[in-house]
Amino acid sequence: MPPIIQVEQLVKRYRKAEQNAVDGVSFTVAPDSFFALLGPNGAGKTTAISILTTTLTPTSGLVVVAGHDVVQDPDAVRRQLGIIFQKPSLDLNLSAEENVRLHAVLYGLYPWRPFYRLMPAAYRKQVDELAAVVGLTSAEMGQAVRTFSGGMKRKLEIVRSLIHRPRVLFLDEPTTGLDPASRRGLWEYLGQVRAQGGTTVFLTTHYLEEAEDADQICILNHGRVVSMGTAETIKGDLVQNWVRLDAADRDALAAELTALGRAYERDGEGLTVPVEAADVHALLRGIDTPLTRVTTHTPTLEEAYLEILERPA
Amino acid sequence: MMHQLNAGMTLAYRDVLKLLRDRGRLVATFVFPFIFIGILGGSLQSSYGQTGGMNLFDFVFTGILGQTLFQSAAIGIISLIEDRENDFSQEVFIAPISRYTIIMGKIAGEGLVALVQAVGILVFARILGVSISLPQLMRSVPAMVAVCLFGGAFGVLVLGSIRTQRAANMVFPFIMLPQFFLSGVFLPVDKQKPFLSALSQLSPMRYAVDLIRGTFYMGRADEAEAVLKSVPFNLGLMTVLFVVFLVIGTTRFVKQETER
Ligand SMILES: Nc1ncnc2c1ncn2[C@@H]1O[C@H](COP(=O)(O)OP(=O)(O)OP(=O)(O)O)[C@@H](O)[C@H]1O
Ligand SMILES: [Mg+2]
Repeated sequence: MPPIIQVEQLVKRYRKAEQNAVDGVSFTVAPDSFFALLGPNGAGKTTAISILTTTLTPTSGLVVVAGHDVVQDPDAVRRQLGIIFQKPSLDLNLSAEENVRLHAVLYGLYPWRPFYRLMPAAYRKQVDELAAVVGLTSAEMGQAVRTFSGGMKRKLEIVRSLIHRPRVLFLDEPTTGLDPASRRGLWEYLGQVRAQGGTTVFLTTHYLEEAEDADQICILNHGRVVSMGTAETIKGDLVQNWVRLDAADRDALAAELTALGRAYERDGEGLTVPVEAADVHALLRGIDTPLTRVTTHTPTLEEAYLEILERPA
Repeated sequence: MMHQLNAGMTLAYRDVLKLLRDRGRLVATFVFPFIFIGILGGSLQSSYGQTGGMNLFDFVFTGILGQTLFQSAAIGIISLIEDRENDFSQEVFIAPISRYTIIMGKIAGEGLVALVQAVGILVFARILGVSISLPQLMRSVPAMVAVCLFGGAFGVLVLGSIRTQRAANMVFPFIMLPQFFLSGVFLPVDKQKPFLSALSQLSPMRYAVDLIRGTFYMGRADEAEAVLKSVPFNLGLMTVLFVVFLVIGTTRFVKQETER
């Protein structure tokens, strides 16, 4: 299957900027997959998303989304997209529901009607359902957005972006500012959307546990790709697996490890032995000294991520 | 097609709602023409009197009406920059609709807002004794709509070369104010100095004001004195300029939006 997103040698330098915000980035995204773009503040994630969603013109490079070039045929690309922007983009003069209605009409999902009551029943049902996903009440949906808290605005943007079912859904830090319950609600709902098929999710986030399940992860730093792969391969390439052992007779344990030909580090609280996950069992079986403690360490994506970013460029 | 129309309507409706929900702006909308026509028209009337049989009150009223519609529609377009600055424009520009639909929706919305102001002017003109017959009103309304669209397109043209709200707030008065005097709102253009009279040809607002007068004065004895060009001439010229302004303005505005 051809990729749903194809990015080749993408470069963006903002007007009057000294450096490229995106500096020769290439990647592809498979249809219906879950893609995570990670990187520290200012890495170029939002810039890349803006170009992929046709709201920013690239300096050079090729970007094809859902079979259409974003520069040559932005209209065709826009028909396939949904997005939650990093910066809130609500009309504060309207009520929450009016913001959603405006969106639904702009996307041609429903005809325009001046009042909520006159909108089709299907629309009203959908708004209720989506509001429930993030935990906005119907009373709140009728309120002026001006009176919303930051997190409520975020929830509203999520409701709005989910009202149509795009081929590619871009989420630029969607859970920033959300309470844990809404965050879980959103991920469960996204899980359902993905299970139904037909939607590719393109995520940026600073909560790395949200990216653990991604089919593909791309880490940017200073506008360049510094790592790419699944959570497993990224972790595997970088983070050391280890086991911490301790025994009443620490010297005996150390001697035994040396005899077994294992490297270890010893400190005041025990010994750390680098070992592959699959190898842990064999190691433990080979030790006769009675152990008082065994701690295995499973690296998280976050550790791998931090390690990658600390590497000299 | 239906989709584009719906999208345009919802965008226009947004501007109308914004006006209706802003009490202060709504009051100002109605008070401003009162002060304008009442004080200015009154003082002009007393200092010039009936110049050659022409009723200056009618002249100023139609002038203010055309000027207000044109200017209000043009200046309302600035709120496109406001949308950009608080990032709402992202939401609109990402939508699968034509860029012209976005701009036309905006022009329609600000045009409707301007028409609400026109209602204020008409009401106060009536109170102040300007007589407006039904046929006059029927002829004026389409002309008023045309002026709003024209003013909006002019606003888009100007906005096409401005990036920030601050710049817009500086540039717009600079562009509108001279037209105020060049378009014959208070005094007939052809009674001004030849130099100014010639310069006034360059002011788009002149044609808007003249179109309104054309429909209001139609068939009256003082028509020739008050009106410069025929209704079809003004309407034709405005249509051509509308298309030119719209195309150039939209292209430039969209470019600004995406080429950051
Ligand atoms: N409009 C702009 N004009 C000039 N430079 C910009 C503009 N927007 C972003 N930049 C610069 O481009 C670089 C990348 O910014 P971008 O917003 O893409 O980062 P990001 O990865 O989304 O960061 P964050 O995690 O903080 O959202 C930064 O150095 C930023 O300063
Ligand atoms: Mg960002």
